[in-house]
Parts: sequence; structure tokens; C-alpha cells
Amino acid sequence: MEKKQLRKILCNLPQSLIKGGIILNTKKFDIKKFLVDNAIIFILLLMVCYVGITQPNFLSKNNFSNVSINTAIRFIIALGVSGCLITKGTDLSAGRIVGLGACIVATLVQKADYSDKFFPKLGDVPLIVALLIAVAFCCIFGLINGLVISFFKVPPFIATLGMQTIVYGICLVYTGASPIGGFRSEFTSLVSGKLFGIPYLFYFALIAGVFMWFLYNKTRHGKYMYAIGGNEVAAEVSGINVNFTKILIYTLAAGLYAIGGFLLTAKAGGATVNAGYGYELEAIAACTIGGVSTNGGVGKVSGILVGVLVFELLKVSMQFLGVDTSYQYIVQGIVIVVAVALDLRKYLAKK
Amino acid sequence: MPDYMLEMRGISKCFPGVKALDKVSIKIRPGTVHALMGENGAGKSTLMKCLFGIYKMDEGEVIYQGKPVSIANSNDALHKGIAMVHQELQPIPERSIAENIFCGRYPLKKVGPVKMVDHKKMYDEAKKLLKEVRMEYDPKAKLSTLSISQMQSVEIAKAVSMDAKVVIMDEPTSSLTDNEVEALFTIINDLRKKGVSIIYISHKMDEILRISDDVSIMRDGQYIGTWEAKELTTDIIISKMVGRELTNIYPQRDNVPGEVILEAKNLTSIHPKSFKNVDFKLRKGEILGLGGLVGAQRTELMEALFGMRHLAEGEIIYKGKPLNIKHPKDAIKGGIGLITEDRRGSGIFGVLSIADNVSIASLDKYLDMGIVLNGKKIEQIVKDNVAKLSIKTPSSKTQIQTLSGGNQQKVIISRWLANDPDILIMDEPTRGIDVGAKYEIYQIMVDLAKQGKTIIMISSEMSELIGMSDRILVMCDGKLTGEISGKEATQENIMQFATKFN
Repeated sequence: MEKKQLRKILCNLPQSLIKGGIILNTKKFDIKKFLVDNAIIFILLLMVCYVGITQPNFLSKNNFSNVSINTAIRFIIALGVSGCLITKGTDLSAGRIVGLGACIVATLVQKADYSDKFFPKLGDVPLIVALLIAVAFCCIFGLINGLVISFFKVPPFIATLGMQTIVYGICLVYTGASPIGGFRSEFTSLVSGKLFGIPYLFYFALIAGVFMWFLYNKTRHGKYMYAIGGNEVAAEVSGINVNFTKILIYTLAAGLYAIGGFLLTAKAGGATVNAGYGYELEAIAACTIGGVSTNGGVGKVSGILVGVLVFELLKVSMQFLGVDTSYQYIVQGIVIVVAVALDLRKYLAKK
Repeated sequence: MPDYMLEMRGISKCFPGVKALDKVSIKIRPGTVHALMGENGAGKSTLMKCLFGIYKMDEGEVIYQGKPVSIANSNDALHKGIAMVHQELQPIPERSIAENIFCGRYPLKKVGPVKMVDHKKMYDEAKKLLKEVRMEYDPKAKLSTLSISQMQSVEIAKAVSMDAKVVIMDEPTSSLTDNEVEALFTIINDLRKKGVSIIYISHKMDEILRISDDVSIMRDGQYIGTWEAKELTTDIIISKMVGRELTNIYPQRDNVPGEVILEAKNLTSIHPKSFKNVDFKLRKGEILGLGGLVGAQRTELMEALFGMRHLAEGEIIYKGKPLNIKHPKDAIKGGIGLITEDRRGSGIFGVLSIADNVSIASLDKYLDMGIVLNGKKIEQIVKDNVAKLSIKTPSSKTQIQTLSGGNQQKVIISRWLANDPDILIMDEPTRGIDVGAKYEIYQIMVDLAKQGKTIIMISSEMSELIGMSDRILVMCDGKLTGEISGKEATQENIMQFATKFN
């Protein structure tokens, strides 16, 4: 008798669970949670509004163009770093690889009649070829990062920290530490030039953004990347080639840094070994502000764009407010730490 | 001196969904070895963790040396004279033996106003302590240079140095050789002569009968009784350990096992302490139970079959051909799936959606033009599975970590079903799952077997093994010790094989 009753209860359980389950899982939109989760973005936007109102020049066309150029370059670099972050890694060599890319491009696009030419006998290299050469060389270093991290299990923090110094050294050897300038006008016009009233640079960023969105959301590679970040052991059990995926991520990242270096050189009109210095930290900060979780498995291309934009606006706002450069660094550093702390807080709250 | 060194009275402890200890009372006499026995999950380790302050007990009291005491944490327990030699030791391998013994209470000397660690005193005392546990070893040596049994001796030396009156040993011999066991028993006898009480947890019957004075038996979180060891035999202990009726309900099994599809010969791990010389056959459409005690290397064997661990020797014949598996993806290609024991650690992708969790192992199937993932196809397979396995979720985009354990498990089953495997290995498939969802998972297993798929179920629950398996293989200490047909299986005969050491 008792067993029969128990059986009856058990058989009815699924139905009662369906009812209970759906009610339990339906969450209302929580405004407070939304505000807390995006706190840093709101605070920075408030600051931008304040600067916009008090400093009329802030909303000028000139400033807009300046911000968009900087955002475009940093967005491409941040896209590279994002893959590393999503798989719970990082890439501290990003800035120096940007610098290497910048120097390689710079040596290839000098005017034929420039007196201090790096390769005196070199003719006019098509810009696309210069870009591809830089990408190819930078990818080698990304590939090495990936190999070291995957096969020797060196923590990404250490592996890429080492690579940062190595690449800087190589860049010094290559350029002999002298600045490179005297570019062809078609190269520098990449920045000033416009198509349909929009700077060329913007299109680079757009293509990179769309490409990465497609890669992250519509291909196996993207799914594998999120899976590895979410749970590396489970990814291995699910038959994912974790090593290969990571190698691809770090190599691709370096390719994006090279594109960043290419654009940076065009914007600056010259390149030195210090090009791109510290960009990895800005990129990591922008990603984190934009919701790429340092706990892995989470991050969207749209979020990264927001993060880069917000961080760039922060810097420009401080300039407009006349904050001393030294203090700007202090504020930037604080924002980075606060962004990560808020991100981890979200994670802890779940536990 | 009171009659008992230690009394635990009416100890209860609940974990979410389980009553791990239900009013357990035991009494430990001074200067005795008191064995604590029971099946996996009977509550032995939980009880000891309550005593040692790792867990907080929900109710009950501890009387120690005649006085009630409350133990806040393990440090508190140590200072009161209760020590524990863990199943998994937690030493600091890169520091010296002496530092490990005196960690957190280094002898100090004053140099002017500054207190400094008195290294000389520390090494001298460590040397004395090591002598007491019959281990002549340089106290300056790094702990990592010792064998596991030597590390255990160091732990015991640490207990002695803290003047412990009660020493808890949880499976101390599980990774020791025969000679090392003898050495440990000598130390235990020394301690006993000094009036120290030892609580000894082990599954090994012969050891228990040899070393212990009293034996307490637990079952399903309840205290069954205490007997003097000389009154007991292996058979009596087993009958007391398993003596319960089946309370779980299993679905009707109407699957029919067919021809052999996989034959494993002489599978031997590259680790000497893991499985060795294992032979078995799998039939189409059968549910094969794999039983044994914790540490019997069942999971390791199955992970090797799935390519997560390496084989030193052995051959797998699958569908008439030799199968070479180096990586899980080879196994998956061959039509084998594995649902791991540790759902959180190696099963789910917590922050990802149900759809991602279901599709991740079979993405190759949903490609357009060889590159682009077809979202509609993925959505369809997820919808089918959500309906088929009645997964309760508000949408396919919900993060899997917000679901209940049973539903998470069903999502992982869907992941493998999407790959249409011929063999599905399920390691503790119902661990941490509530009763209703358990029944559903059993039903899914039977349905799959009826479709001609082979299920291997590793389970530490006796009743589950008996209730669900067509055939049961039992392992002990890395070896296959027995095969029982599902109809003939009883808790007693499984336990016989599961404790068949040597």
C-alpha cells in the first residue's frame, strides 16, 4: 500500500516540477541589478555628460573625429585580447606586438625620395602588402604565445609577459631604436580620408568587429572558445581540441594587433619602438568594462565596443577638464581595478 | 579517568536534500582502536569531520574526557587533543618535515625586541617526534621527498606533538604497500599503549579484524551498533553494513541485451596504483553496472576507455575492429559518450546557455558551407531534447547553472544524445539528484537501452546497481573481482567482491 502511494507520487512529480520550475525560473527585469551590473559605465557616462555641458568644445566635430579614430584602433586591439580573456587567459604582449606591427609597416611605406629611408632600394610597396607582411610577422609571435600556453602549460600571464619583453627587444634590433617617418601620402590619408563622409579608419574597425562577431557567434571556433572559458575540463571531455583552439586565439589576436599597429602608424605619421606601449592594459580594461568576465566564458563584441568607447571618453573627458597627465594615469588605474572588482562581485553574488 | 575517552551523542547533520547523519551516538574507550565501518555514503567521514570541526553539526553533543566540549574548527580540535590523519593529506610539500610538523606554532626565541623562529629547537624536537613514530629521517628534508606512508607518519608525529588523545585515521592504508601497512600498525600499537584512542575508518575487513578492539557500524547516516572485534567475522560485518530493504523504485526494465559490441582485454593503467589487467565485454542494448568502493578505480577505467587517461597495456575491440583512443574526440567519433562523475567540475559549462551546453559536442553536424553554424538546426535539436527528456527550463537561452541538478544532468545526457552514441558511460548518474528526477533518469537509461544503446553505469549505491543493471561488474583495488548477473545480485555478494583485496 505504502509502495503504491510512493510510486504514484513519483510518477506525478515531473508534472508538478514543470509547474514549479517555470514559475521559479521566470525572473522579472530587475532595475537595481541592471544598474549595479553596469555601474561603471553609468558613472563614466554621467561624467561625459557633465564634461559635455561644461566644456562646449567637447561636442565639436574635431573632438568627435579624434575620439572615433582612437576608439577604432583600440577596438581592434581589444578584440584581439578578448579571445584570450574569454578563455581565462590574458595577453600582455599585445601593446608591444602593436609596436612591432607599427614599425614593420613604417619601414615599408616610406616615400621613395625620403632621405633617411630604412630600405633605400625599396620601391612603393602596395599598402595592403605592407599590412599583410606586418600581420604575418606578428602572427608568428602570437603563434608562439599559443604554443607555449597550450603545450608547456605556462600560465598566459607569464608566457605573454615574457613575450612582451622579447618583442620589444626584437623591435629595438629591427629599427635600431631610431624613429621612422616620411610616409607616402596615400598611407597617412587613411586617417584623414573619408568615404561617404566617414573616416576610412572606421571601416577597418567595422570589418574587424563584424568579422569577430561572426567568428564568436556563428562558428565552431567561437563556441569552443566560450566553452573552454566556461569549463576547460568539460570542454576536453566534449571532444574539443583545447590546445588548437587556444593557439588559434592567440595567433589571431596578434594579427589584430598588427592591424592596430598599421592604423596607429598612419594616424601618428611616424613610428618608434614605443608605439603601442601600455595598450594591452587599456585593452584589458576596456574589455572588462564592456562585460568580458575575467572568470571566463563571457563576453560580447558589442560589449567590447562599449567598453573601449567608454574608456576612451574617460581619457578625453579628463583632458578637457584639464586634469594633469600624471593624475590621469592614477584615475585610469583605479578604473581598471574597480571594473574588475565589480565584475568579480557579480560572480561572487551568484555563489 | 572516565570510562570513555570520547562520546558523541545524538549527532545529526543535514546537507541540502540529504540527511547525512541521523542522531548518531558512539563511545570510544581510552587506549583502543575503534573501527568505524559502513558503505560509501554511510556517514563515517561526515561524522569524523563533525568531530574534527570541519563541518558544523546540526544537533548533538561531544563529551571529551568526561566534559562536554564544543569544537569550533579543526585548529580548535587540534588544541583540544583531537587530531585527524586525512584521506587526502594536506601538507606543504616544498617545506621541510619539521616545518610541516610545527606549521602555525613554530618554537620562537627572542632576539632583542624581535621574536624569531628557533630553528635549532624546531629541528631537535622534530627529530625526537620522528623517533617516536619510528621514522629515522632528517627533519630538514623536504616533505616532497617522502613516500605517502612516510608523510602519514609525519602527520601522526604532528598529532603526537600536539599531545593528541584521539587520533582519527580515515582510510590510512588506501595507498600503502603491505610493508608500509605493517609499519603503520606498529605505530598504532605504540599509540594505543600510551592510552591514545584511535578512530580507524577503513573498508578492509582483514585489517579491521586484526587491528581494532571495537567496531562500530553505520548505515545510511544511522548508527547500527558497536561490537567487540573478536565477536565479529567478515560476513557478520557485511550483513550489518548492508542490512536494509530497497526503498528506491526503479522503472520496469524491458530492454533485451544483444550481441557483443565491445571487448576490452587486459586494460592496464600507466599508473601502478590504478586499474590493471581488466577484461570485460559489452553487449548491445544492455545496462552494465560497475560497482565497487570509492577508490576501486572504476572512474579511472572508464576515463581510459574514453581517452582521458592513458593505457600502458591492453586492447579494445569495438564492432569487430581494434579501437585506438588517444583523446576524447576519438572516442566521440567512435560513438562513445561519457557523463562524468563531477557534474560541476567536468560536465556543465555553467555560464553558457542550455543550447550551447547541448550542442557543444556535436557542432560538426550543424554546419552550412562547412563553416557557418546553422542556428535553426541547433535550436531544433535543443527543442527536441528539451521535450524528449522533459527538461524544465524557461528557454533554451537560460544559463545551465540556474537549473536544478536533475535538469543539468538531463542537459548533459542531451549533449551526448545529439551525437547518437552507441555506448554511453554514466559515472554516478544520479548523484545529488532528487528522487523524482532520479526516476526520470532511470527511465531515460532504459529507453536508450531499448533503442539498442549500451549503458555503462558506475554507481556507489548498491540498490541502484541491483535495481538498474542487467549485469554487474565489481572492482576492488584496481582489479575486476567479480561479475554478477542483475537477477542474482544482492548487496551481500556485491560487497563480498568489492572488499576482495588481493
